[in-house]
Amino acid sequence: MRWGVLVFPGTWSHQDFGHVFQDVLGVDWGYVWHKDTSLAGYDCLFLPGGFAHGDYLRCGAIARFSPIMEAAIRFARDGGPVMGSCNGFQILCEAGLLPGALLRNSSLQYRCRWVHIRTERTDTPFTRTGRPDQVLRIPISHGEGRYYASPETLDRLRSNGQVVFRYSTADGQITEEANPNGSLENIAGICNEGRNIVGLMPHPERASEALLGSEDGRMLFQGLLEGVLRR
Amino acid sequence: MLEAQIHVTLKKSVLDPQGDTVRSGLATLGFQGVADCRIGKFMVLRLAERDPARARAQVDEMCRRLLANPVIEDYVFQIREVAE
Repeated sequence: MRWGVLVFPGTWSHQDFGHVFQDVLGVDWGYVWHKDTSLAGYDCLFLPGGFAHGDYLRCGAIARFSPIMEAAIRFARDGGPVMGSCNGFQILCEAGLLPGALLRNSSLQYRCRWVHIRTERTDTPFTRTGRPDQVLRIPISHGEGRYYASPETLDRLRSNGQVVFRYSTADGQITEEANPNGSLENIAGICNEGRNIVGLMPHPERASEALLGSEDGRMLFQGLLEGVLRR
Repeated sequence: MLEAQIHVTLKKSVLDPQGDTVRSGLATLGFQGVADCRIGKFMVLRLAERDPARARAQVDEMCRRLLANPVIEDYVFQIREVAE
Protein backbone atom coordinates (compact mmCIF):
# COMPACT_ATOMS: atom_id res chain seq x y z
CA MET A 1 0.00 0.00 0.00
CA ARG A 2 1.52 3.32 -1.13
CA TRP A 3 0.56 6.64 0.48
CA GLY A 4 0.62 9.78 -1.68
CA VAL A 5 1.32 13.30 -0.46
CA LEU A 6 0.11 15.98 -2.89
CA VAL A 7 2.41 18.98 -3.31
CA PHE A 8 1.26 22.28 -4.84
CA PRO A 9 3.39 25.40 -5.22
CA GLY A 10 3.00 26.96 -1.77
CA THR A 11 2.26 23.74 0.14
CA TRP A 12 4.26 23.72 3.37
CA SER A 13 3.30 20.67 5.46
CA HIS A 14 4.25 17.98 2.94
CA GLN A 15 7.65 17.35 4.53
CA ASP A 16 6.01 16.88 7.94
CA PHE A 17 3.71 14.24 6.45
CA GLY A 18 6.69 12.70 4.65
CA HIS A 19 8.73 12.61 7.84
CA VAL A 20 5.94 10.90 9.78
CA PHE A 21 5.32 8.38 7.00
CA GLN A 22 9.04 7.66 6.55
CA ASP A 23 10.50 7.85 10.05
CA VAL A 24 7.60 7.27 12.41
CA LEU A 25 5.23 4.91 10.62
CA GLY A 26 7.65 3.33 8.13
CA VAL A 27 5.12 3.12 5.31
CA ASP A 28 5.67 3.15 1.55
CA TRP A 29 4.94 6.68 0.39
CA GLY A 30 5.80 9.34 -2.19
CA TYR A 31 5.24 12.97 -3.13
CA VAL A 32 2.86 13.69 -6.00
CA TRP A 33 3.63 16.99 -7.78
CA HIS A 34 0.64 19.08 -8.78
CA LYS A 35 1.61 18.89 -12.47
CA ASP A 36 1.47 15.10 -12.47
CA THR A 37 -1.63 13.66 -14.07
CA SER A 38 -1.74 10.12 -12.70
CA LEU A 39 -2.16 8.56 -9.27
CA ALA A 40 -1.42 5.05 -10.52
CA GLY A 41 0.14 2.98 -7.75
CA TYR A 42 -1.22 5.08 -4.89
CA ASP A 43 -3.77 3.66 -2.47
CA CYS A 44 -4.50 6.73 -0.37
CA LEU A 45 -3.95 10.43 -0.76
CA PHE A 46 -3.09 13.31 1.60
CA LEU A 47 -3.51 17.01 0.85
CA PRO A 48 -1.25 18.86 3.31
CA GLY A 49 -1.47 22.39 4.69
CA GLY A 50 0.11 25.51 3.27
CA PHE A 51 -0.89 28.22 0.84
CA ALA A 52 -1.39 26.42 -2.45
CA HIS A 53 -0.98 28.81 -5.37
CA GLY A 54 -0.63 31.64 -2.85
CA ASP A 55 -4.25 31.17 -1.78
CA TYR A 56 -5.06 33.83 -4.38
CA LEU A 57 -8.74 34.76 -4.77
CA ARG A 58 -9.82 32.38 -1.97
CA CYS A 59 -7.97 29.67 0.00
CA GLY A 60 -7.82 26.56 -2.17
CA ALA A 61 -9.65 28.17 -5.10
CA ILE A 62 -6.83 27.95 -7.65
CA ALA A 63 -5.43 24.58 -6.53
CA ARG A 64 -8.38 22.78 -7.97
CA PHE A 65 -7.16 23.72 -11.46
CA SER A 66 -3.82 21.96 -10.98
CA PRO A 67 -3.44 19.09 -13.48
CA ILE A 68 -3.32 16.43 -10.71
CA MET A 69 -6.72 17.44 -9.38
CA GLU A 70 -8.59 15.71 -12.19
CA ALA A 71 -7.02 12.39 -11.15
CA ALA A 72 -7.47 13.23 -7.47
CA ILE A 73 -11.18 13.96 -7.92
CA ARG A 74 -11.63 10.70 -9.85
CA PHE A 75 -9.70 8.80 -7.13
CA ALA A 76 -11.91 10.34 -4.44
CA ARG A 77 -15.17 9.75 -6.32
CA ASP A 78 -14.15 6.11 -6.85
CA GLY A 79 -13.95 5.69 -3.07
CA GLY A 80 -10.19 6.06 -2.53
CA PRO A 81 -9.27 7.30 0.96
CA VAL A 82 -8.41 11.03 0.83
CA MET A 83 -7.48 13.28 3.74
CA GLY A 84 -7.07 17.06 3.55
CA SER A 85 -5.58 18.88 6.49
CA CYS A 86 -5.71 22.69 6.88
CA ASN A 87 -5.18 24.12 3.35
CA GLY A 88 -5.88 20.61 2.07
CA PHE A 89 -9.33 20.78 3.71
CA GLN A 90 -9.92 24.16 2.04
CA ILE A 91 -8.93 22.69 -1.34
CA LEU A 92 -11.31 19.72 -0.91
CA CYS A 93 -14.17 22.15 -0.18
CA GLU A 94 -13.32 24.40 -3.15
CA ALA A 95 -13.09 21.33 -5.40
CA GLY A 96 -16.61 20.34 -4.35
CA LEU A 97 -15.47 17.06 -2.75
CA LEU A 98 -16.60 18.22 0.69
CA PRO A 99 -19.55 20.51 1.48
CA GLY A 100 -19.24 23.99 2.98
CA ALA A 101 -16.37 26.48 3.08
CA LEU A 102 -13.64 27.78 5.39
CA LEU A 103 -13.79 31.50 6.18
CA ARG A 104 -11.57 34.04 7.91
CA ASN A 105 -11.28 33.24 11.64
CA SER A 106 -13.84 35.23 13.61
CA SER A 107 -10.94 36.72 15.64
CA LEU A 108 -9.46 37.98 12.33
CA GLN A 109 -6.15 36.62 13.67
CA TYR A 110 -3.99 33.75 12.54
CA ARG A 111 -4.22 31.04 15.21
CA CYS A 112 -1.22 28.80 15.78
CA ARG A 113 -1.67 26.79 18.95
CA TRP A 114 -2.65 23.50 20.54
CA VAL A 115 -6.35 22.67 20.68
CA HIS A 116 -8.46 19.69 21.65
CA ILE A 117 -10.84 17.99 19.25
CA ARG A 118 -13.44 15.37 20.07
CA THR A 119 -13.88 12.39 17.76
CA GLU A 120 -17.51 12.30 16.64
CA ARG A 121 -17.31 9.50 14.06
CA THR A 122 -15.15 6.41 13.87
CA ASP A 123 -16.68 5.07 10.63
CA THR A 124 -14.17 6.66 8.24
CA PRO A 125 -10.97 4.98 6.99
CA PHE A 126 -8.94 7.54 8.96
CA THR A 127 -10.71 7.38 12.33
CA ARG A 128 -11.75 3.75 12.54
CA THR A 129 -9.22 2.86 15.22
CA GLY A 130 -10.37 5.79 17.37
CA ARG A 131 -12.92 5.60 20.16
CA PRO A 132 -16.17 7.56 19.95
CA ASP A 133 -15.71 10.78 21.98
CA GLN A 134 -11.93 10.29 22.06
CA VAL A 135 -10.29 13.68 22.66
CA LEU A 136 -7.13 14.46 20.71
CA ARG A 137 -4.57 17.13 21.61
CA ILE A 138 -3.44 18.52 18.28
CA PRO A 139 -2.17 21.82 16.82
CA ILE A 140 -3.95 24.23 14.50
CA SER A 141 -2.20 26.82 12.35
CA HIS A 142 -4.52 28.87 10.16
CA GLY A 143 -6.09 32.23 9.44
CA GLU A 144 -9.10 30.88 7.53
CA GLY A 145 -10.54 27.95 9.45
CA ARG A 146 -14.05 29.07 10.34
CA TYR A 147 -16.24 26.30 8.98
CA TYR A 148 -19.45 27.50 7.38
CA ALA A 149 -22.24 25.67 5.62
CA SER A 150 -25.81 26.70 4.81
CA PRO A 151 -28.46 25.61 7.35
CA GLU A 152 -29.68 22.92 4.90
CA THR A 153 -26.17 21.55 4.42
CA LEU A 154 -25.58 21.62 8.16
CA ASP A 155 -28.78 19.61 8.69
CA ARG A 156 -27.60 17.07 6.17
CA LEU A 157 -24.16 16.81 7.81
CA ARG A 158 -25.82 16.16 11.15
CA SER A 159 -28.36 13.61 9.93
CA ASN A 160 -25.77 11.71 7.85
CA GLY A 161 -23.23 11.76 10.67
CA GLN A 162 -20.65 13.62 8.57
CA VAL A 163 -19.19 15.74 11.38
CA VAL A 164 -16.01 13.82 12.26
CA PHE A 165 -14.34 16.20 14.76
CA ARG A 166 -15.47 19.12 16.94
CA TYR A 167 -13.29 21.54 18.91
CA SER A 168 -13.70 20.71 22.58
CA THR A 169 -12.21 21.18 26.01
CA ALA A 170 -9.61 18.68 27.24
CA ASP A 171 -12.41 16.62 28.79
CA GLY A 172 -14.54 16.61 25.64
CA GLN A 173 -17.01 19.42 26.37
CA ILE A 174 -18.15 21.37 23.30
CA THR A 175 -17.94 24.99 24.46
CA GLU A 176 -17.61 28.39 22.82
CA GLU A 177 -14.26 28.95 24.55
CA ALA A 178 -12.91 25.74 23.00
CA ASN A 179 -13.72 27.01 19.50
CA PRO A 180 -10.57 28.72 18.16
CA ASN A 181 -11.98 30.20 14.95
CA GLY A 182 -15.75 30.62 15.17
CA SER A 183 -16.61 27.45 13.22
CA LEU A 184 -20.32 26.63 13.16
CA GLU A 185 -21.15 24.09 15.89
CA ASN A 186 -17.42 23.81 16.74
CA ILE A 187 -16.85 21.78 13.56
CA ALA A 188 -13.15 20.95 13.11
CA GLY A 189 -13.47 18.16 10.54
CA ILE A 190 -16.04 16.54 8.28
CA CYS A 191 -16.37 13.73 5.76
CA ASN A 192 -18.32 13.22 2.55
CA GLU A 193 -21.43 11.04 2.34
CA GLY A 194 -19.33 8.13 1.09
CA ARG A 195 -17.11 8.61 4.21
CA ASN A 196 -13.83 8.07 2.28
CA ILE A 197 -12.94 11.79 2.09
CA VAL A 198 -12.05 13.52 5.37
CA GLY A 199 -11.08 17.17 5.83
CA LEU A 200 -9.93 18.78 9.06
CA MET A 201 -8.25 22.06 9.99
CA PRO A 202 -5.87 20.63 12.66
CA HIS A 203 -2.53 19.04 11.78
CA PRO A 204 -2.28 15.33 12.69
CA GLU A 205 1.21 15.18 11.13
CA ARG A 206 2.45 17.69 13.74
CA ALA A 207 1.12 15.55 16.59
CA SER A 208 2.62 12.18 15.79
CA GLU A 209 5.66 12.06 18.08
CA ALA A 210 5.94 12.43 21.85
CA LEU A 211 9.02 14.60 21.31
CA LEU A 212 6.82 17.20 19.61
CA GLY A 213 4.26 17.27 22.39
CA SER A 214 1.58 14.80 21.32
CA GLU A 215 1.12 11.48 19.56
CA ASP A 216 -2.64 11.86 19.33
CA GLY A 217 -2.57 12.67 15.63
CA ARG A 218 -1.34 9.18 14.79
CA MET A 219 -4.86 7.90 15.30
CA LEU A 220 -5.68 9.46 11.90
CA PHE A 221 -3.06 7.25 10.21
CA GLN A 222 -3.53 4.13 12.31
CA GLY A 223 -6.79 3.19 10.58
CA LEU A 224 -5.02 2.88 7.23
CA LEU A 225 -2.14 0.90 8.77
CA GLU A 226 -4.45 -1.59 10.40
CA GLY A 227 -6.46 -1.75 7.18
CA VAL A 228 -3.33 -3.14 5.55
CA LEU A 229 -2.85 -5.74 8.26
CA ARG A 230 -6.39 -6.95 7.93
CA ARG A 231 -6.06 -7.65 4.20
CA MET B 1 -14.09 47.21 -25.78
CA LEU B 2 -16.27 45.82 -23.00
CA GLU B 3 -15.31 45.92 -19.37
CA ALA B 4 -16.93 43.95 -16.55
CA GLN B 5 -16.94 45.37 -13.03
CA ILE B 6 -17.69 42.64 -10.51
CA HIS B 7 -18.49 42.93 -6.81
CA VAL B 8 -18.24 39.82 -4.65
CA THR B 9 -19.51 39.99 -1.06
CA LEU B 10 -20.22 37.49 1.69
CA LYS B 11 -23.83 36.33 1.78
CA LYS B 12 -26.03 38.10 4.31
CA SER B 13 -26.29 34.87 6.32
CA VAL B 14 -22.49 34.67 6.67
CA LEU B 15 -20.83 36.48 9.57
CA ASP B 16 -18.36 39.13 8.33
CA PRO B 17 -16.01 39.87 11.25
CA GLN B 18 -13.93 42.20 9.06
CA GLY B 19 -16.97 44.30 8.24
CA ASP B 20 -18.01 44.35 11.92
CA THR B 21 -14.53 45.51 12.95
CA VAL B 22 -14.53 48.30 10.37
CA ARG B 23 -18.02 49.38 11.48
CA SER B 24 -16.89 49.65 15.11
CA GLY B 25 -13.80 51.56 13.93
CA LEU B 26 -16.06 54.04 12.17
CA ALA B 27 -18.18 54.34 15.32
CA THR B 28 -15.03 55.14 17.30
CA LEU B 29 -14.33 57.98 14.86
CA GLY B 30 -17.79 59.36 15.57
CA PHE B 31 -19.64 57.88 12.59
CA GLN B 32 -22.41 56.35 14.69
CA GLY B 33 -24.89 56.08 11.85
CA VAL B 34 -23.37 53.04 10.09
CA ALA B 35 -25.90 50.24 10.61
CA ASP B 36 -23.91 47.58 8.80
CA CYS B 37 -20.62 47.18 6.94
CA ARG B 38 -19.71 44.35 4.59
CA ILE B 39 -16.26 43.90 3.07
CA GLY B 40 -15.94 42.32 -0.36
CA LYS B 41 -13.86 42.13 -3.50
CA PHE B 42 -13.95 44.31 -6.61
CA MET B 43 -12.70 42.88 -9.88
CA VAL B 44 -12.36 44.51 -13.28
CA LEU B 45 -12.14 42.36 -16.41
CA ARG B 46 -11.49 43.58 -19.96
CA LEU B 47 -13.20 41.32 -22.44
CA ALA B 48 -12.43 40.32 -26.00
CA GLU B 49 -16.13 39.65 -26.49
CA ARG B 50 -17.91 42.58 -28.20
CA ASP B 51 -21.52 41.50 -27.82
CA PRO B 52 -22.90 42.70 -24.45
CA ALA B 53 -25.41 39.84 -24.09
CA ARG B 54 -22.78 37.18 -24.71
CA ALA B 55 -20.34 39.04 -22.43
CA ARG B 56 -22.96 39.04 -19.68
CA ALA B 57 -23.48 35.28 -20.01
CA GLN B 58 -19.72 34.66 -19.93
CA VAL B 59 -19.10 36.81 -16.87
CA ASP B 60 -22.01 35.20 -15.05
CA GLU B 61 -20.50 31.78 -15.67
CA MET B 62 -17.06 33.02 -14.56
CA CYS B 63 -18.59 34.24 -11.30
CA ARG B 64 -20.42 30.98 -10.68
CA ARG B 65 -17.45 28.76 -11.47
CA LEU B 66 -14.51 30.67 -10.00
CA LEU B 67 -14.74 34.33 -9.08
CA ALA B 68 -17.29 33.77 -6.31
CA ASN B 69 -17.88 30.73 -4.11
CA PRO B 70 -21.66 30.22 -4.20
CA VAL B 71 -21.55 28.54 -0.77
CA ILE B 72 -20.54 31.77 0.96
CA GLU B 73 -20.61 34.64 -1.52
CA ASP B 74 -22.99 36.71 -3.67
CA TYR B 75 -21.93 38.63 -6.74
CA VAL B 76 -23.21 41.46 -8.92
CA PHE B 77 -21.61 42.87 -12.05
CA GLN B 78 -21.97 45.56 -14.67
CA ILE B 79 -20.82 45.45 -18.27
CA ARG B 80 -19.86 48.72 -19.88
CA GLU B 81 -18.20 50.02 -23.03
CA VAL B 82 -14.71 51.46 -22.52
CA ALA B 83 -12.12 52.93 -24.89
CA GLU B 84 -9.72 50.39 -26.43
